[in-house]
Amino acid sequence: MLEMKNITKVVGGETHIHPTDLALERGSLNVLLGPTLSGKTSLMRLMAGLDKPASGSIHFDGADVTGVPVQRRSVAMVYQQFINYPAMTVYDNIASPMRIKGADNATIDREVRKAAELLKLTAYLDRTPLNLSGGQQQRTALARAIVKNADLVLLDEPLANLDYKLREELREELPKIFAASGAIFVYATTEPSEALLLGGNTASLSEGRITQFGRTIDVYRRPVDIVTARTFADPPLNTIELVKAGSQFTLEGKPVLSVPAHLATVSDGPCTVAFQPHHISFDRPDGSGNPLTVKTAISEIAGSESFIHVGFADARWVMLAPGVHDIEPDATLEVFVDTRHLMAFGPGGRAIGGTA
Amino acid sequence: MEKTWNNKAWFMVLPVLVLVAFSAVIPLMTVVNYSVQDTFGNNEFFWAGTDWFLDVLESDRFWDALTRNLIFSAIILAIEIPLGIVIALNMPKKGIGVPICLVLMALPLLIPWNVVGTIWQVFGRVDIGLLGRTLASLGINYNYVQNPLDAWVTLIIMDVWHWTSLVVLLCYAGLVSIPDAYYQAAKIDGASRWSVFRYIQLPKMKRVLLIAFLLRFMDSFMIYTEPFVVTGGGPGNSTTFLSIDLVKMAIGQFDLGPAAALSIIYFLIILLLSWIFYTVMTTSDAQG
Repeated sequence: MLEMKNITKVVGGETHIHPTDLALERGSLNVLLGPTLSGKTSLMRLMAGLDKPASGSIHFDGADVTGVPVQRRSVAMVYQQFINYPAMTVYDNIASPMRIKGADNATIDREVRKAAELLKLTAYLDRTPLNLSGGQQQRTALARAIVKNADLVLLDEPLANLDYKLREELREELPKIFAASGAIFVYATTEPSEALLLGGNTASLSEGRITQFGRTIDVYRRPVDIVTARTFADPPLNTIELVKAGSQFTLEGKPVLSVPAHLATVSDGPCTVAFQPHHISFDRPDGSGNPLTVKTAISEIAGSESFIHVGFADARWVMLAPGVHDIEPDATLEVFVDTRHLMAFGPGGRAIGGTA
Repeated sequence: MEKTWNNKAWFMVLPVLVLVAFSAVIPLMTVVNYSVQDTFGNNEFFWAGTDWFLDVLESDRFWDALTRNLIFSAIILAIEIPLGIVIALNMPKKGIGVPICLVLMALPLLIPWNVVGTIWQVFGRVDIGLLGRTLASLGINYNYVQNPLDAWVTLIIMDVWHWTSLVVLLCYAGLVSIPDAYYQAAKIDGASRWSVFRYIQLPKMKRVLLIAFLLRFMDSFMIYTEPFVVTGGGPGNSTTFLSIDLVKMAIGQFDLGPAAALSIIYFLIILLLSWIFYTVMTTSDAQG
């Protein structure tokens, strides 16, 4: 188990990681989810031992490893850039961590071929990384991480530089590949969908703080605060400031959205109501009432879906609608918000009420 | 797709063709013209065929000078390339040290060849030069005017002082372009300093090193100004390189035919060697 106790990271007077506690179990898959500069890489470097925390301690299986340099820990890391030894063949690249450890040739050969088989690199073992596609280069880097058989495997946005198809393919395979090893598996990403697809646990990061850590689906469904909810929404979370009055959320005294059962316990008064872009649609969802009249700004067509930017009162929302909708700007539309998935946040952005 | 032929496009490249003709082709053809004819002045020319080429190739003078050139270039490359790499590796990668080092490195490159020659000529003189007098007072018998070895040492030190910076700057450019993640990955693997150099830095510098190697080879093979200013080709013929010999032949003795033939041979040697180096180094790049 990897435990980080009250660690901080300060670089040149600037705090990169605020006091953080995090415990990762062996054999678990953990996603660090957060936008660029939220501290994912800083946290990984601390986990690996590439950097020393400014304060706090790091324990591995109970032993304090705070000051232990990375070479003396059992760590493997894969980066967003495709990092391989440029002059070595794929075979030698995969073999390199074992050669440094001093394994015998028979073991090396067996492990290299096994890893190459797993990552579909068998046909390219004699090539140098320069003569491979991006996907194959990253597979080579992943194979290097696998043969190392490390206790802690850190993947820092490993699929960000790959094209869409390869990304989907590898994303599906990755958890399976590493699951067998019993290592602690940490995966940093900026994409909420990637976290949901990988499953496991998610730590949501924002400005150097872990805002929430738990099962991925729980963090997604029950964010503890609005920052976590925003981190976990792509396209961005839709919000609006409303006043709860009995069974309605109201704006300037007029009812806007009916209060769903799970938010019935929220006390009357102002709050921030939020919902995901796919919970707003042209069709009336079951059990939800009145349509909202919105004004369209722009619509973007993304393959089989459309992002429609709409305005309601002072709020700007994004609507994720299936199908291709070519909608004129400044048109007036009637849309429905699925209130069963509403989230409410009180002062300071803390989540209030029950969950859907 | 159908190909369209537009003959007007040729007018676009015409200015370049004219420029290249005046700057390169026409002077070169003049040399070719001289190399196959004999002239006694008065604009009278007699066909000489390949006589001048054979003359040059059969003379000891040519082969001696060529040997000197080859040895000189080999020594220059053997010193400047490794030294340039070592200095580049030890230069700071960030902070105030970077601009300071870069300016210091660029300084020798900004000094004209003949000035460098004059500096070292004075610097090394036994009677008034700082280096010459210091060595003399230490009891070392150093005199580049009398001793061929001293003349060579002076020329080599001068060239190293003048041109190692170029190798340093090229290598440094190659080094700073390596993403930090490579060093991190090597650190995580527990790779040694030597492994990092051998398997990351050297392969990543390969392309710039090829350029540095070719530039330094061509430049050192064409060395002229420094020996011309410092030693004048002496003592004896010990620092008479092909270029110095060429000038002696063409201007000193006014043997225009043989001099033209020698220029063409000289040019072809540089072209051939550069092509060989380039081919060898790029093929090994493709293989790994």
